[in-house]
Amino acid sequence: MRLTPEQVEHVALLARLRLSEEERERFTTQLNSILEHFEQLQQLDTSGVPPMSHAVAMSNVFREDDPADPLTPEDALQNAPDRARDCFRVPRVIE
Amino acid sequence: MAKYRPNIGLEVHAELNTRTKVFCGCPTAVGAQPNTQVCPVCLGFPGVLPVLNRRVVEFALRAALAMNCEIVRPSIFERKGYYYPDLPKNFQISQKRAPLGRKGHLEVTVNGETKRVGIYDVHIEEDAAKLLHPEDDRGHSLVDFNRSGVPLLEIVSDPDMNSAAEAEAYMNAVRDMLLYLGISECRMEQGQLRFEASVSLRPEGESELGTRVEIKNLNSFRAVIGAVGYEIWRQSQALDSGEELVQETRLWDDERGATEPMRTKETAMDYRYFPEPDLTPLEVDDEWIGRIRAELPELAEARRRRLTEQHGLSDYDAGILTGDKVLADLFKATAAEGAPAKAAANWLTGEFLRLLKEGGLAAEQTRLEPKGLAELIGLVEKGAINAPAAKQVFGKLFERGGSPSEIVKELGLAQISDEGEIAGVVDGVIEEHPDAVENFHKGKEQALKFLVGQVMRKTRGRANPQLVNELLRKRIGGG
Repeated sequence: MRLTPEQVEHVALLARLRLSEEERERFTTQLNSILEHFEQLQQLDTSGVPPMSHAVAMSNVFREDDPADPLTPEDALQNAPDRARDCFRVPRVIE
Repeated sequence: MAKYRPNIGLEVHAELNTRTKVFCGCPTAVGAQPNTQVCPVCLGFPGVLPVLNRRVVEFALRAALAMNCEIVRPSIFERKGYYYPDLPKNFQISQKRAPLGRKGHLEVTVNGETKRVGIYDVHIEEDAAKLLHPEDDRGHSLVDFNRSGVPLLEIVSDPDMNSAAEAEAYMNAVRDMLLYLGISECRMEQGQLRFEASVSLRPEGESELGTRVEIKNLNSFRAVIGAVGYEIWRQSQALDSGEELVQETRLWDDERGATEPMRTKETAMDYRYFPEPDLTPLEVDDEWIGRIRAELPELAEARRRRLTEQHGLSDYDAGILTGDKVLADLFKATAAEGAPAKAAANWLTGEFLRLLKEGGLAAEQTRLEPKGLAELIGLVEKGAINAPAAKQVFGKLFERGGSPSEIVKELGLAQISDEGEIAGVVDGVIEEHPDAVENFHKGKEQALKFLVGQVMRKTRGRANPQLVNELLRKRIGGG
C-alpha cells in the first residue's frame, strides 16, 4: 500500500474535507488503485520525449490589455450567502 | 563588535500598472467602489477560463531583462493551493518551477560602494482580494474583489544583503527600476509594493548560513528596515545566550516595532503546486526578447553612475536627480540642450525642489521645460541677468513655461552692463554718502559693500554687481 490512511486524512484536511471512517478507508483504496495505474504507465520508456506541461499542444494564448465591462455589484453579489456594504460578508478572519 | 554576519533576502511584490487584470478584462483603477471591477473570472467562479494579458508578459520581461535574468522557456503557470477568504478559488495562479526569469542580479550602492545582489527569480502572479475588518461588526470581515486578479510581479532576491542599510539600498534600487521601466506606480500607501524578508545570522567567519526566519506583513521601507534590524538584534541575543533558533515565519508589528511568531496552524504550509491546466505555456522567442532589450531605458543606478563619472556631479546631487524619473529626465534633456551639468543640477536640486515642496506638487505638474532652463542658464552665464533676477525668471518658467528672454523683458530684469549708465548712478551714490567714502578710505571694506548696495537699490537690482564694484573702486580710489 502506497498511501496510508493518515496521508489521506492530511490531504482531506488541506482540502477542508471531513471524512468519515468508512470514507477514509474507501478513498485510501481508490487513490491507491489510481497510483498503481500510474505506476504501470511509468514503465513506458519516455527518455526521448521532452517533458510537457500542458495537455494541449499550444502556447502563447494572450488577450490584449483592453478593458471589458465588469459585473455590477448587484450581479456580483447575487449568490453571496451574506453581504454588507456591497461586499461579501464572511466570518471574522483576524481578532 | 559584530560577532554575527546577517544574511538578508527580500521578496518584493509589485502591482503592475496595466489597464486590466492579469487573466480577465476587469479594470484595475484604484479607489473604485467595492466590487465594481469584478467578473466571474476574478471572483473565482467555477468553469471560467483565465486568459493571459499580453502586456503583463511585456512588463515582466522588461523587469527580468533589466535585472539580467535568464528567460525560462517555456515558462509555465501553476496553482498554489491555500484557503483564505481573499481567494475564493482556493488557489492562486502563480509560477514556481518555471518562472519567467531567474538567475539575475541588480547592482545597488551603499555608502558609495557598489554591491551586486543576486536575483533568484522573477515571476508573474495574481493579487488576492482585499479584506476589510469593520469596527462596528466585529464578528465579520468584508471582502472586496476589485484587487483580485490585479497582476503582481514577484522579485525574489538571493540572501545577499548583510545589513539593514543594504536591504534599504536594494529596495530603493528595485523601486527605481520599476518606476524607470514604467511598469508599476509603486505607491506603498496603496499597497502597490509589499515585502517579505528572510533573515539569518551566522558567526563571523562561518560560511554556512544560519537558521532562516521569514518575516511577513511588511508594507513599507520603514517596516522592512525596522523588522530586519529587530530580527538581527533578537537572533544575536538568542545566539549569545546559547538558544537554538527555530526556522519559522514571524509577523512584523508596526506599532510595537517588533516581530512575533505567527501562530502555526495545525496544517503546515503545503501549497501543493501543480501546473494550471487552463493556461498554456509561455514561449518567449528571441525576437521578443531582442525587442524588449532594445527598448529598455537606462536605469537609475546606471544613470547615477554616469552623472558622477561623466558629468562630475557629486554623489549627493546624482542621488537626488536619479531618485525621481521626471527629475532625471529633465536633467538629461537640459544637459542635452547644451546647459552645463553643474548649473542644471543646481537649479533642479535647489530651486526646483524648493518650489515643488512649497506648492505640494509632483515634478510632472510643473511647466518647466528643459529648453527654457537651458536658456536661463545661458542668460546667467552671459551676465544678461543676475542671480536674484534669474530666480524670478525660474519661478515664472516653473509656473507657466515660456521663453526666459521674453520673461526678462516683461519683468524688466535685464542686467545693466552699460558702463556709462552705471557710472552715472555710482557718481550719484558717492555724492550722497561722503561718510561711507571716508570710512572706506580709513580701511573699512564694509563701507564699499554699503555703497554697492546703494547702487543696486537705485537700479532695482539690475546693475551688474562686478561692474559696480570696479567702478566704485576706480572712482573713490580704493584697492
